[in-house]
Amino acid sequence: MELTREEESALKGEHGETMQMAYRILVATGEATDAERLVPIEWAHLSGVNYNTIGDAGEEFLSSLSKDARVKVKTTLNPMGFDIDNVANYNLDDNFIEKQLSIAKSYERMGVTPSFSCIPYEIFDIPKEGTQVSFAESNAAIHANSVDGIKTNKESAFSALASAITGKSPYSSLRKDDTPSLTINMKIDDPNELTYGMLGFFAGKVGNNSVNISGVGEMDRRSCKALCGGMGTSGTCAKFVFGQGTPECEKVDFDKKEMQNIHDELNTSEKGDMITLGSPQLGLEEISDLVVKLKGRSFTKRCMIFCPRSVKEQARNLGHTNELERAGCEILSDCCTCLTPLISKDDVDSVTTNSIKGAYYLKNSNGVDVNLKPLSQIIEEETR
Amino acid sequence: MKVLVKGRAQGKILKSKDPINFLGTVDKKTGIISDTNHPLYNKSIKDSILVFPHGVGSSVGAYTIYSIKSNDSAPLAMICQKADLTVATGCALANIPLITVDSEKMESLEDGKTVIVDSDSADLIAFLE
Repeated sequence: MELTREEESALKGEHGETMQMAYRILVATGEATDAERLVPIEWAHLSGVNYNTIGDAGEEFLSSLSKDARVKVKTTLNPMGFDIDNVANYNLDDNFIEKQLSIAKSYERMGVTPSFSCIPYEIFDIPKEGTQVSFAESNAAIHANSVDGIKTNKESAFSALASAITGKSPYSSLRKDDTPSLTINMKIDDPNELTYGMLGFFAGKVGNNSVNISGVGEMDRRSCKALCGGMGTSGTCAKFVFGQGTPECEKVDFDKKEMQNIHDELNTSEKGDMITLGSPQLGLEEISDLVVKLKGRSFTKRCMIFCPRSVKEQARNLGHTNELERAGCEILSDCCTCLTPLISKDDVDSVTTNSIKGAYYLKNSNGVDVNLKPLSQIIEEETR
Repeated sequence: MKVLVKGRAQGKILKSKDPINFLGTVDKKTGIISDTNHPLYNKSIKDSILVFPHGVGSSVGAYTIYSIKSNDSAPLAMICQKADLTVATGCALANIPLITVDSEKMESLEDGKTVIVDSDSADLIAFLE
Protein backbone atom coordinates (compact mmCIF):
# COMPACT_ATOMS: atom_id res chain seq x y z
CA MET A 1 0.00 0.00 0.00
CA GLU A 2 1.20 3.52 -0.84
CA LEU A 3 0.87 5.92 2.09
CA THR A 4 1.26 9.70 2.06
CA ARG A 5 4.02 11.19 4.19
CA GLU A 6 1.42 12.28 6.73
CA GLU A 7 -0.09 8.76 6.93
CA GLU A 8 3.38 7.22 7.18
CA SER A 9 4.28 9.43 10.14
CA ALA A 10 1.00 8.58 11.89
CA LEU A 11 1.76 4.88 11.40
CA LYS A 12 5.18 5.44 13.01
CA GLY A 13 3.49 6.92 16.07
CA GLU A 14 4.33 10.57 15.54
CA HIS A 15 0.68 11.59 16.14
CA GLY A 16 0.25 9.50 19.29
CA GLU A 17 -0.59 5.89 20.11
CA THR A 18 -4.30 6.04 19.24
CA MET A 19 -3.65 7.39 15.73
CA GLN A 20 -0.87 4.84 15.31
CA MET A 21 -3.24 2.00 16.19
CA ALA A 22 -5.98 3.36 13.91
CA TYR A 23 -3.54 3.50 10.98
CA ARG A 24 -2.24 0.00 11.82
CA ILE A 25 -5.83 -1.25 11.47
CA LEU A 26 -6.34 0.56 8.14
CA VAL A 27 -3.04 -0.73 6.73
CA ALA A 28 -3.65 -4.33 7.90
CA THR A 29 -7.19 -4.22 6.45
CA GLY A 30 -5.97 -2.56 3.26
CA GLU A 31 -3.18 -5.12 2.72
CA ALA A 32 -5.62 -7.96 3.40
CA THR A 33 -8.08 -6.59 0.81
CA ASP A 34 -5.51 -5.49 -1.82
CA ALA A 35 -6.08 -1.76 -1.50
CA GLU A 36 -3.36 0.41 -3.03
CA ARG A 37 -4.02 3.51 -0.93
CA LEU A 38 -6.34 5.20 1.59
CA VAL A 39 -9.16 7.56 0.60
CA PRO A 40 -11.02 10.18 2.66
CA ILE A 41 -14.48 9.23 3.90
CA GLU A 42 -17.25 11.57 5.07
CA TRP A 43 -19.35 9.35 7.33
CA ALA A 44 -18.62 6.30 9.48
CA HIS A 45 -21.30 4.01 10.89
CA LEU A 46 -20.02 1.73 13.65
CA SER A 47 -20.98 -1.78 14.71
CA GLY A 48 -19.61 -3.38 17.87
CA VAL A 49 -22.01 -1.64 20.25
CA ASN A 50 -24.08 -4.44 21.79
CA TYR A 51 -22.51 -5.85 24.98
CA ASN A 52 -24.03 -9.17 23.94
CA THR A 53 -21.55 -9.32 21.04
CA ILE A 54 -18.40 -7.47 22.14
CA GLY A 55 -18.36 -8.64 25.77
CA ASP A 56 -15.93 -7.55 28.49
CA ALA A 57 -12.95 -7.38 26.12
CA GLY A 58 -14.79 -4.89 23.91
CA GLU A 59 -16.10 -2.85 26.83
CA GLU A 60 -12.60 -2.54 28.35
CA PHE A 61 -10.99 -1.71 25.02
CA LEU A 62 -13.50 1.07 24.22
CA SER A 63 -13.27 2.49 27.72
CA SER A 64 -9.51 2.83 27.43
CA LEU A 65 -9.64 4.05 23.80
CA SER A 66 -12.18 6.77 24.62
CA LYS A 67 -9.74 8.49 27.00
CA ASP A 68 -8.10 10.23 24.05
CA ALA A 69 -9.65 9.03 20.78
CA ARG A 70 -11.99 11.50 19.04
CA VAL A 71 -13.83 10.93 15.78
CA LYS A 72 -12.85 13.11 12.84
CA VAL A 73 -15.96 12.69 10.66
CA LYS A 74 -19.72 12.31 11.24
CA THR A 75 -20.03 8.97 13.05
CA THR A 76 -23.23 7.11 13.87
CA LEU A 77 -23.87 3.94 15.87
CA ASN A 78 -25.53 0.54 15.54
CA PRO A 79 -28.15 -0.68 18.06
CA MET A 80 -27.19 -1.71 21.59
CA GLY A 81 -28.79 -4.37 23.79
CA PHE A 82 -31.89 -2.66 25.22
CA ASP A 83 -34.07 0.46 25.45
CA ILE A 84 -33.30 2.26 28.72
CA ASP A 85 -36.93 3.53 28.88
CA ASN A 86 -38.33 0.03 29.43
CA VAL A 87 -35.36 -2.22 30.29
CA ALA A 88 -36.84 -2.69 33.77
CA ASN A 89 -39.68 -4.71 32.17
CA TYR A 90 -37.23 -7.35 30.98
CA ASN A 91 -35.24 -9.84 32.95
CA LEU A 92 -31.82 -8.38 32.25
CA ASP A 93 -29.09 -8.54 34.90
CA ASP A 94 -27.49 -5.41 36.35
CA ASN A 95 -24.04 -6.31 35.06
CA PHE A 96 -25.32 -6.30 31.47
CA ILE A 97 -26.97 -2.91 31.91
CA GLU A 98 -23.91 -1.40 33.58
CA LYS A 99 -21.47 -2.68 30.92
CA GLN A 100 -23.80 -1.65 28.07
CA LEU A 101 -24.11 1.88 29.45
CA SER A 102 -20.33 2.05 29.79
CA ILE A 103 -19.96 1.12 26.10
CA ALA A 104 -22.50 3.80 25.11
CA LYS A 105 -20.67 6.37 27.23
CA SER A 106 -17.30 5.50 25.68
CA TYR A 107 -18.64 6.07 22.17
CA GLU A 108 -20.25 9.36 23.18
CA ARG A 109 -16.98 10.51 24.76
CA MET A 110 -15.32 9.93 21.38
CA GLY A 111 -17.86 12.26 19.76
CA VAL A 112 -20.07 9.61 18.17
CA THR A 113 -23.78 10.42 17.60
CA PRO A 114 -25.66 7.91 19.82
CA SER A 115 -28.17 6.92 17.13
CA PHE A 116 -28.29 3.20 18.09
CA SER A 117 -29.83 2.34 14.75
CA CYS A 118 -29.12 -0.16 11.97
CA ILE A 119 -30.96 1.98 9.38
CA PRO A 120 -28.81 5.15 9.20
CA TYR A 121 -29.92 5.50 5.55
CA GLU A 122 -33.50 6.08 6.70
CA ILE A 123 -32.98 8.51 9.58
CA PHE A 124 -30.09 10.70 8.33
CA ASP A 125 -29.70 12.71 5.12
CA ILE A 126 -27.89 10.82 2.38
CA PRO A 127 -24.79 12.65 1.10
CA LYS A 128 -24.36 13.37 -2.60
CA GLU A 129 -23.89 10.55 -5.08
CA GLY A 130 -20.50 8.85 -5.10
CA THR A 131 -19.55 10.00 -1.57
CA GLN A 132 -17.19 7.58 0.20
CA VAL A 133 -18.46 6.37 3.61
CA SER A 134 -17.55 3.50 5.97
CA PHE A 135 -20.58 1.48 7.10
CA ALA A 136 -19.85 -1.53 9.31
CA GLU A 137 -23.49 -2.64 9.56
CA SER A 138 -23.97 -5.05 6.66
CA ASN A 139 -27.58 -4.18 5.71
CA ALA A 140 -26.67 -0.47 5.77
CA ALA A 141 -23.55 -1.04 3.64
CA ILE A 142 -25.60 -2.92 1.05
CA HIS A 143 -28.32 -0.24 1.09
CA ALA A 144 -25.68 2.50 0.71
CA ASN A 145 -23.98 0.82 -2.28
CA SER A 146 -27.13 -0.43 -4.01
CA VAL A 147 -29.89 2.11 -3.30
CA ASP A 148 -28.36 5.35 -2.00
CA GLY A 149 -25.59 5.82 -4.59
CA ILE A 150 -22.82 6.18 -1.98
CA LYS A 151 -19.81 3.88 -1.59
CA THR A 152 -18.54 1.68 1.20
CA ASN A 153 -16.71 -1.57 1.71
CA LYS A 154 -18.42 -4.13 3.91
CA GLU A 155 -16.34 -2.90 6.82
CA SER A 156 -15.46 -4.69 10.03
CA ALA A 157 -16.26 -3.05 13.37
CA PHE A 158 -12.58 -2.17 13.64
CA SER A 159 -11.96 -0.78 10.17
CA ALA A 160 -15.04 1.48 10.54
CA LEU A 161 -13.82 2.64 13.96
CA ALA A 162 -10.34 3.35 12.55
CA SER A 163 -12.02 5.23 9.67
CA ALA A 164 -14.02 7.34 12.14
CA ILE A 165 -10.83 8.30 14.01
CA THR A 166 -8.69 9.01 10.92
CA GLY A 167 -11.36 10.04 8.38
CA LYS A 168 -9.88 7.52 5.92
CA SER A 169 -10.50 4.03 4.60
CA PRO A 170 -8.69 1.52 2.37
CA TYR A 171 -9.54 1.99 -1.31
CA SER A 172 -10.55 -1.59 -2.07
CA SER A 173 -13.20 -3.72 -3.77
CA LEU A 174 -16.55 -1.91 -3.70
CA ARG A 175 -15.14 1.61 -3.51
CA LYS A 176 -13.89 1.12 -7.05
CA ASP A 177 -16.29 0.82 -9.97
CA ASP A 178 -17.19 -2.76 -9.38
CA THR A 179 -19.05 -4.77 -12.04
CA PRO A 180 -20.85 -7.91 -10.81
CA SER A 181 -19.86 -11.19 -12.46
CA LEU A 182 -22.98 -13.08 -11.36
CA THR A 183 -26.66 -12.51 -12.24
CA ILE A 184 -29.51 -13.91 -10.17
CA ASN A 185 -32.80 -14.44 -12.03
CA MET A 186 -35.73 -13.98 -9.67
CA LYS A 187 -38.34 -16.60 -10.64
CA ILE A 188 -40.92 -16.21 -7.86
CA ASP A 189 -44.33 -14.68 -8.64
CA ASP A 190 -46.10 -12.28 -6.23
CA PRO A 191 -43.18 -11.82 -3.85
CA ASN A 192 -43.66 -10.29 -0.38
CA GLU A 193 -40.99 -8.97 2.02
CA LEU A 194 -40.25 -12.49 3.26
CA THR A 195 -39.56 -13.61 -0.33
CA TYR A 196 -37.18 -10.68 -0.77
CA GLY A 197 -35.43 -11.53 2.49
CA MET A 198 -34.87 -15.06 1.24
CA LEU A 199 -33.72 -13.75 -2.16
CA GLY A 200 -31.17 -11.62 -0.30
CA PHE A 201 -30.06 -14.57 1.84
CA PHE A 202 -29.60 -16.61 -1.35
CA ALA A 203 -27.68 -13.76 -3.05
CA GLY A 204 -25.36 -13.45 -0.02
CA LYS A 205 -24.57 -17.15 -0.25
CA VAL A 206 -23.84 -17.33 -3.99
CA GLY A 207 -22.46 -13.83 -4.59
CA ASN A 208 -18.97 -12.65 -3.90
CA ASN A 209 -18.58 -8.85 -3.74
CA SER A 210 -21.62 -7.85 -5.79
CA VAL A 211 -24.46 -9.38 -7.83
CA ASN A 212 -26.95 -8.41 -10.54
CA ILE A 213 -30.58 -9.20 -9.77
CA SER A 214 -33.05 -9.51 -12.65
CA GLY A 215 -36.76 -10.21 -12.75
CA VAL A 216 -37.89 -8.02 -9.85
CA GLY A 217 -40.42 -5.25 -10.34
CA GLU A 218 -41.20 -2.28 -8.11
CA MET A 219 -40.17 -2.95 -4.55
CA ASP A 220 -41.49 -1.09 -1.51
CA ARG A 221 -39.18 0.08 1.25
CA ARG A 222 -40.01 -2.85 3.52
CA SER A 223 -39.05 -5.36 0.82
CA CYS A 224 -35.90 -3.45 -0.07
CA LYS A 225 -34.74 -3.45 3.55
CA ALA A 226 -35.56 -7.16 3.79
CA LEU A 227 -33.40 -7.83 0.72
CA CYS A 228 -30.47 -5.85 2.20
CA GLY A 229 -30.86 -7.52 5.60
CA GLY A 230 -30.99 -11.05 4.19
CA MET A 231 -28.02 -10.48 1.92
CA GLY A 232 -25.82 -9.09 4.69
CA THR A 233 -26.57 -12.05 6.95
CA SER A 234 -25.36 -14.93 4.79
CA GLY A 235 -22.15 -13.76 3.18
CA THR A 236 -19.75 -11.03 2.17
CA CYS A 237 -21.71 -9.69 -0.80
CA ALA A 238 -22.26 -5.95 -0.26
CA LYS A 239 -23.92 -4.61 -3.41
CA PHE A 240 -26.70 -5.46 -5.85
CA VAL A 241 -27.52 -3.95 -9.21
CA PHE A 242 -30.91 -4.43 -10.90
CA GLY A 243 -30.71 -5.88 -14.39
CA GLN A 244 -29.24 -8.68 -16.48
CA GLY A 245 -25.64 -7.45 -16.35
CA THR A 246 -23.16 -8.15 -19.14
CA PRO A 247 -23.53 -11.24 -21.40
CA GLU A 248 -20.42 -12.76 -19.79
CA CYS A 249 -22.14 -12.90 -16.38
CA GLU A 250 -22.71 -16.32 -14.89
CA LYS A 251 -26.47 -16.89 -14.43
CA VAL A 252 -28.26 -18.57 -11.55
CA ASP A 253 -32.00 -18.91 -10.85
CA PHE A 254 -33.73 -18.11 -7.57
CA ASP A 255 -36.69 -20.46 -7.99
CA LYS A 256 -39.19 -22.27 -5.75
CA LYS A 257 -36.68 -25.00 -4.93
CA GLU A 258 -33.96 -22.55 -3.82
CA MET A 259 -36.52 -20.59 -1.81
CA GLN A 260 -37.77 -23.75 -0.12
CA ASN A 261 -34.18 -24.67 0.87
CA ILE A 262 -33.72 -21.36 2.66
CA HIS A 263 -37.17 -21.56 4.22
CA ASP A 264 -36.37 -25.05 5.55
CA GLU A 265 -33.03 -23.82 6.92
CA LEU A 266 -34.53 -20.93 8.91
CA ASN A 267 -38.14 -21.90 9.60
CA THR A 268 -38.00 -24.45 12.42
CA SER A 269 -41.48 -24.12 13.92
CA GLU A 270 -45.07 -24.05 12.70
CA LYS A 271 -46.03 -21.40 15.27
CA GLY A 272 -44.46 -18.80 17.54
CA ASP A 273 -44.93 -18.01 21.26
CA MET A 274 -44.41 -14.34 20.43
CA ILE A 275 -43.81 -12.02 17.46
CA THR A 276 -40.95 -9.65 16.61
CA LEU A 277 -41.02 -6.99 13.90
CA GLY A 278 -37.83 -5.25 12.91
CA SER A 279 -34.45 -6.36 11.75
CA PRO A 280 -33.62 -4.05 10.17
CA GLN A 281 -35.41 -1.67 12.58
CA LEU A 282 -38.75 -0.29 11.35
CA GLY A 283 -38.88 3.22 9.92
CA LEU A 284 -41.76 5.67 10.32
CA GLU A 285 -43.33 4.55 7.04
CA GLU A 286 -43.52 0.93 8.23
CA ILE A 287 -44.90 1.94 11.64
CA SER A 288 -47.62 4.07 10.02
CA ASP A 289 -48.44 1.22 7.65
CA LEU A 290 -48.70 -1.21 10.56
CA VAL A 291 -51.20 1.07 12.31
CA VAL A 292 -53.29 1.21 9.14
CA LYS A 293 -53.11 -2.57 8.66
CA LEU A 294 -54.17 -3.26 12.26
CA LYS A 295 -57.48 -1.37 11.77
CA GLY A 296 -58.06 -1.32 15.51
CA ARG A 297 -57.39 -5.02 16.07
CA SER A 298 -55.03 -6.33 18.78
CA PHE A 299 -52.29 -8.93 18.81
CA THR A 300 -53.23 -12.21 20.46
CA LYS A 301 -49.68 -12.73 21.78
CA ARG A 302 -46.66 -10.61 22.74
CA CYS A 303 -45.35 -8.51 19.85
CA MET A 304 -42.01 -6.66 20.10
CA ILE A 305 -41.47 -3.78 17.65
CA PHE A 306 -37.94 -2.42 17.13
CA CYS A 307 -37.28 1.06 15.73
CA PRO A 308 -34.79 3.93 16.09
CA ARG A 309 -35.40 6.41 18.95
CA SER A 310 -36.05 9.26 16.53
CA VAL A 311 -38.72 7.17 14.77
CA LYS A 312 -40.34 6.29 18.10
CA GLU A 313 -40.57 10.00 18.94
CA GLN A 314 -42.09 10.89 15.56
CA ALA A 315 -44.51 7.97 15.93
CA ARG A 316 -45.49 9.24 19.37
CA ASN A 317 -46.26 12.70 17.99
CA LEU A 318 -48.49 11.13 15.35
CA GLY A 319 -50.36 9.06 17.96
CA HIS A 320 -49.01 5.79 16.52
CA THR A 321 -47.29 4.57 19.69
CA ASN A 322 -50.55 4.92 21.63
CA GLU A 323 -52.36 2.91 18.99
CA LEU A 324 -49.66 0.20 18.88
CA GLU A 325 -49.54 -0.07 22.67
CA ARG A 326 -53.31 -0.40 22.68
CA ALA A 327 -52.88 -3.29 20.25
CA GLY A 328 -50.53 -4.96 22.75
CA CYS A 329 -47.17 -4.07 21.17
CA GLU A 330 -43.98 -3.49 23.13
CA ILE A 331 -42.15 -0.65 21.32
CA LEU A 332 -38.39 -0.69 21.77
CA SER A 333 -35.89 1.86 20.48
CA ASP A 334 -32.05 1.77 20.51
CA CYS A 335 -32.00 -2.05 20.04
CA CYS A 336 -33.13 -4.68 17.54
CA THR A 337 -34.19 -8.33 17.13
CA CYS A 338 -30.73 -9.12 15.82
CA LEU A 339 -28.58 -10.24 18.80
CA THR A 340 -31.06 -9.01 21.42
CA PRO A 341 -30.53 -10.24 24.99
CA LEU A 342 -34.24 -9.56 25.66
CA ILE A 343 -35.47 -12.81 24.13
CA SER A 344 -34.34 -15.90 26.00
CA LYS A 345 -35.01 -19.56 25.38
CA ASP A 346 -35.78 -19.80 29.10
CA ASP A 347 -38.93 -17.76 28.41
CA VAL A 348 -39.98 -18.66 24.87
CA ASP A 349 -39.56 -21.71 22.66
CA SER A 350 -40.30 -20.05 19.34
CA VAL A 351 -40.67 -16.62 17.74
CA THR A 352 -42.72 -15.55 14.71
CA THR A 353 -41.07 -12.95 12.46
CA ASN A 354 -41.08 -11.67 8.87
CA SER A 355 -37.33 -10.96 9.02
CA ILE A 356 -34.78 -13.37 7.57
CA LYS A 357 -31.96 -11.53 9.32
CA GLY A 358 -33.86 -11.70 12.60
CA ALA A 359 -34.64 -15.39 12.04
CA TYR A 360 -30.97 -16.27 11.48
CA TYR A 361 -29.85 -14.64 14.74
CA LEU A 362 -32.84 -15.80 16.80
CA LYS A 363 -32.04 -19.35 15.76
CA ASN A 364 -28.24 -19.23 16.01
CA SER A 365 -27.62 -16.74 18.80
CA ASN A 366 -30.73 -16.84 21.02
CA GLY A 367 -31.22 -20.55 20.36
CA VAL A 368 -35.01 -20.33 19.89
CA ASP A 369 -37.12 -21.85 17.11
CA VAL A 370 -38.36 -19.56 14.37
CA ASN A 371 -41.67 -19.34 12.54
CA LEU A 372 -41.47 -17.28 9.33
CA LYS A 373 -44.53 -15.37 8.07
CA PRO A 374 -44.98 -12.23 5.99
CA LEU A 375 -46.53 -9.26 7.82
CA SER A 376 -49.88 -9.65 6.03
CA GLN A 377 -50.18 -13.21 7.33
CA ILE A 378 -49.06 -12.19 10.84
CA ILE A 379 -51.84 -9.57 10.92
CA GLU A 380 -54.38 -12.05 9.55
CA GLU A 381 -53.54 -14.91 11.91
CA GLU A 382 -52.16 -13.28 15.06
CA THR A 383 -54.58 -10.39 15.65
CA ARG A 384 -58.27 -10.07 16.35
CA MET B 1 4.94 -12.67 1.27
CA LYS B 2 3.15 -9.65 2.59
CA VAL B 3 3.49 -7.59 5.76
CA LEU B 4 0.11 -6.79 7.36
CA VAL B 5 1.41 -5.52 10.69
CA LYS B 6 5.02 -4.35 10.94
CA GLY B 7 7.47 -5.33 13.65
CA ARG B 8 10.35 -7.57 14.70
CA ALA B 9 10.38 -10.71 16.86
CA GLN B 10 12.52 -13.76 17.52
CA GLY B 11 11.17 -17.04 18.86
CA LYS B 12 10.22 -20.67 18.39
CA ILE B 13 7.56 -21.68 15.88
CA LEU B 14 4.33 -23.14 17.23
CA LYS B 15 2.58 -24.55 14.19
CA SER B 16 -1.05 -25.55 13.69
CA LYS B 17 -2.31 -27.30 10.57
CA ASP B 18 -5.85 -26.21 11.46
CA PRO B 19 -7.27 -22.64 11.48
CA ILE B 20 -7.72 -20.92 14.86
CA ASN B 21 -10.94 -19.39 16.22
CA PHE B 22 -9.68 -16.84 18.73
CA LEU B 23 -13.14 -16.13 20.14
CA GLY B 24 -13.89 -18.88 22.59
CA THR B 25 -11.07 -21.37 22.01
CA VAL B 26 -8.08 -19.40 23.33
CA ASP B 27 -7.89 -18.58 27.06
CA LYS B 28 -7.49 -14.81 27.38
CA LYS B 29 -5.40 -15.01 30.57
CA THR B 30 -3.00 -17.85 29.72
CA GLY B 31 -3.06 -18.10 25.92
CA ILE B 32 -3.84 -21.82 26.24
CA ILE B 33 -5.99 -23.42 23.50
CA SER B 34 -9.04 -24.96 25.17
CA ASP B 35 -10.67 -26.66 22.17
CA THR B 36 -10.17 -30.40 22.71
CA ASN B 37 -10.51 -31.02 18.97
CA HIS B 38 -7.73 -28.60 18.05
CA PRO B 39 -4.20 -29.87 17.23
CA LEU B 40 -2.78 -27.28 19.68
CA TYR B 41 -5.13 -28.35 22.51
CA ASN B 42 -3.67 -27.56 25.94
CA LYS B 43 -0.68 -25.70 24.46
CA SER B 44 -0.06 -22.02 25.15
CA ILE B 45 0.49 -19.64 22.25
CA LYS B 46 2.30 -17.25 24.62
CA ASP B 47 5.67 -15.97 23.36
CA SER B 48 5.56 -18.20 20.27
CA ILE B 49 5.86 -17.42 16.59
CA LEU B 50 2.37 -18.71 15.83
CA VAL B 51 2.08 -20.29 12.37
CA PHE B 52 -1.41 -21.31 11.15
CA PRO B 53 -3.43 -21.31 7.90
CA HIS B 54 -5.84 -18.49 8.87
CA GLY B 55 -8.33 -17.36 11.49
CA VAL B 56 -12.00 -18.39 11.57
CA GLY B 57 -15.08 -17.23 13.44
CA SER B 58 -16.56 -13.93 14.57
CA SER B 59 -14.69 -10.69 13.96
CA VAL B 60 -15.08 -10.06 17.72
CA GLY B 61 -12.14 -12.49 17.96
CA ALA B 62 -9.97 -9.44 17.24
CA TYR B 63 -10.80 -8.20 20.77
CA THR B 64 -9.63 -11.58 22.11
CA ILE B 65 -6.23 -11.12 20.46
CA TYR B 66 -6.06 -7.66 22.06
CA SER B 67 -6.97 -9.15 25.48
CA ILE B 68 -4.35 -11.91 25.23
CA LYS B 69 -1.74 -9.26 24.51
CA SER B 70 -2.92 -7.08 27.43
CA ASN B 71 -2.56 -10.14 29.69
CA ASP B 72 0.99 -10.69 28.46
CA SER B 73 0.09 -14.09 26.98
CA ALA B 74 0.19 -13.29 23.26
CA PRO B 75 2.39 -14.75 20.52
CA LEU B 76 5.47 -12.66 19.59
CA ALA B 77 4.42 -12.72 15.93
CA MET B 78 1.90 -14.50 13.69
CA ILE B 79 2.40 -16.03 10.24
CA CYS B 80 -0.64 -17.07 8.16
CA GLN B 81 -1.23 -18.37 4.70
CA LYS B 82 -4.40 -16.35 4.10
CA ALA B 83 -5.14 -12.87 5.38
CA ASP B 84 -8.47 -12.84 7.21
CA LEU B 85 -9.82 -9.62 8.68
CA THR B 86 -10.24 -10.97 12.22
CA VAL B 87 -6.58 -11.87 12.66
CA ALA B 88 -5.42 -8.81 10.67
CA THR B 89 -7.37 -6.33 12.80
CA GLY B 90 -6.62 -8.27 16.01
CA CYS B 91 -2.87 -8.10 15.38
CA ALA B 92 -3.22 -4.43 14.41
CA LEU B 93 -5.06 -3.64 17.67
CA ALA B 94 -2.52 -5.55 19.75
CA ASN B 95 0.54 -4.50 17.73
CA ILE B 96 1.65 -8.06 16.98
CA PRO B 97 3.71 -8.44 13.75
CA LEU B 98 1.70 -10.35 11.10
CA ILE B 99 3.00 -11.74 7.81
CA THR B 100 1.24 -13.83 5.15
CA VAL B 101 3.20 -16.45 3.19
CA ASP B 102 2.58 -18.83 0.26
CA SER B 103 2.10 -22.59 0.68
CA GLU B 104 5.74 -23.41 -0.11
CA LYS B 105 7.04 -21.06 2.58
CA MET B 106 4.37 -22.41 4.93
CA GLU B 107 5.77 -25.95 4.42
CA SER B 108 9.26 -24.78 5.41
CA LEU B 109 8.12 -23.29 8.71
CA GLU B 110 8.44 -26.37 10.93
CA ASP B 111 7.23 -26.60 14.49
CA GLY B 112 9.95 -25.92 17.08
CA LYS B 113 12.38 -24.11 14.76
CA THR B 114 13.69 -20.73 15.85
CA VAL B 115 13.08 -17.82 13.46
CA ILE B 116 13.51 -14.08 13.30
CA VAL B 117 10.53 -12.18 11.88
CA ASP B 118 11.51 -8.69 10.73
CA SER B 119 9.27 -6.57 8.50
CA ASP B 120 12.19 -4.26 7.69
CA SER B 121 14.53 -7.01 6.41
CA ALA B 122 14.47 -8.17 2.79
CA ASP B 123 13.52 -11.81 3.41
CA LEU B 124 11.07 -11.04 6.31
CA ILE B 125 11.53 -14.48 7.93
CA ALA B 126 14.99 -15.89 8.68
CA PHE B 127 15.88 -19.23 10.31
CA LEU B 128 18.31 -19.13 13.21
CA GLU B 129 20.54 -22.19 13.27
